[in-house]
Amino acid sequence: MAAPLSVEVEFGGGAELLFDGVKKHQVTLPGQEEPWDIRNLLVWIKKNLLKERPELFIQGDSVRPGILVLINDADWELLGELDYQLQDQDSVLFISTLHGG
Amino acid sequence: MATREEVLALQAEVARREEELGSLKQRLAAALLAEQEPERLVPVSPLPAKAALSRDEILRYSRQLVLPELGVHGQLRLATASVLIVGCGGLGCPLAQYLAAAGVGRLGLVDYDVVEMSNLARQVLHGEALAGQAKVFSAAASLRRLNSAVECVPYAQALTPATALDLVRRYDVVADCSDNVPTRYLVNDACVLAGRPLVSASALRFEGQITVYHYEGGPCYRCIFPQPPPAETVTNCADGGVLGVVTGVLGCLQALEVLKIAAGLGPSYSGSLLLFDALRGRFRCIQLRSRRPDCAACGERPSVTDLQDYEALCGCSATDKCRSLQLLSPEERVSVTDYKRLLDSGTPHLLLDVRPQVEVDICRLPHALHIPLKHLERRDTESLKLLGEAIQKEKQGAHEGVALPIYVICKLGNDSQKAVRILQSLTAAQELDSSTFQDVVGGLMAWATKIDGTFPQY
Repeated sequence: MAAPLSVEVEFGGGAELLFDGVKKHQVTLPGQEEPWDIRNLLVWIKKNLLKERPELFIQGDSVRPGILVLINDADWELLGELDYQLQDQDSVLFISTLHGG
Repeated sequence: MATREEVLALQAEVARREEELGSLKQRLAAALLAEQEPERLVPVSPLPAKAALSRDEILRYSRQLVLPELGVHGQLRLATASVLIVGCGGLGCPLAQYLAAAGVGRLGLVDYDVVEMSNLARQVLHGEALAGQAKVFSAAASLRRLNSAVECVPYAQALTPATALDLVRRYDVVADCSDNVPTRYLVNDACVLAGRPLVSASALRFEGQITVYHYEGGPCYRCIFPQPPPAETVTNCADGGVLGVVTGVLGCLQALEVLKIAAGLGPSYSGSLLLFDALRGRFRCIQLRSRRPDCAACGERPSVTDLQDYEALCGCSATDKCRSLQLLSPEERVSVTDYKRLLDSGTPHLLLDVRPQVEVDICRLPHALHIPLKHLERRDTESLKLLGEAIQKEKQGAHEGVALPIYVICKLGNDSQKAVRILQSLTAAQELDSSTFQDVVGGLMAWATKIDGTFPQY
């Protein structure tokens, strides 16, 4: 049984507009049988934080192309992507890339 | 005897006319070139190596020459460096300005677009006098005034798969200051194929991002973004808005990275991404993944061996112009001319403006009911009540049993189509009184150009 986790979830680059414009969310993930990984976190975000148009954020079981996922300020690819197991006090940042100039 | 004011006024007038003459000469040169061979690129020979700085150059660059990290050695490298600037907008203007001021030898300027009044709040090399002229000529004229020793090569054309590789090969460093996804993939692939470092920045609203791609084994754009984003998730500056200072900050940071690469100091953001949040006043640097061995462009067995059709790859056009959505059938839409005729005839109807509040504050048609599209998408109870009441009120003036026509309007005629679909589904579900819905093609901007010339455009 994994204990509840306190995690900072942050959105930027316009991704926050799908979350009522709120960039920073301090969330508590409830204790559950399986350990919390990014895959479950995305499901949890979709159910609990996402306010509108999930297709602009989620595609399949991952994020849509054009959104960078950073765990503690590092590209999630360096940490195992969807399989990264969240630790208490982790910070997860979802950044939509900008194209304007 | 002439007064001091007269002297100053005459000096200003001479400067103004010189500037005008310079710009006329440039336009003539470009017109002559275009006449000869429309698709030909301006030929440039390699910049000659430079052994020493002149007395004037020493004075001009003295403040940066005394920096031990740069010094005479670095300045000589800058003088023989060439930089290709893709896009002369909000990023390209400050970037080009600082590179010219710092004494970079040659600047290639690429942009197909012309100067518009809505550019001037952020594209600081352009002025009112050159509205309607090609941005590259306007930028080149400003840069020449700033530093006549810098060679500016204007390319008044879009960067295309046919021209990009040849162009990129003629320059040492490339700066991506473009405003759309297809161009970002095109510039990246051209830089990988030509082996050039790419300094890439972007900005929207109050945020900016900058990084350096394909520098000494670092990742390229495709390593980070193997797949383009769905077209409907991309917001341009016209729709999302952008503050000029934000593009200014990012353009300056881009100039800094270009200068460091050109002077041999090396960049700071290869393999990392700097995020700037202007509202919170925060910079944050994040570590990106390393080069992807299976990258389609820079990987070990690349599939991109030639430039492709990037508009097809990304599903959108290589401009930042607003897209026009085709959601409704022609019968579900009216032109601004037809709507004006209906309005003048006094036919009972309801005009529904679905733009966000911030845009309604800019300008509005006084008789329109305002309910933002977001509220309709959310099926907001309060908004639906307001709409229901307005329909009831209008119906009192209409014939018994006749469905009240409702016309939906927005800025350009995209959101209004989405709103019509939502309203139709609400009526079908009997959440709304029976009515007919049509949207106004081209929205309020068509109203401004075709019906009322005093209506603001934004």
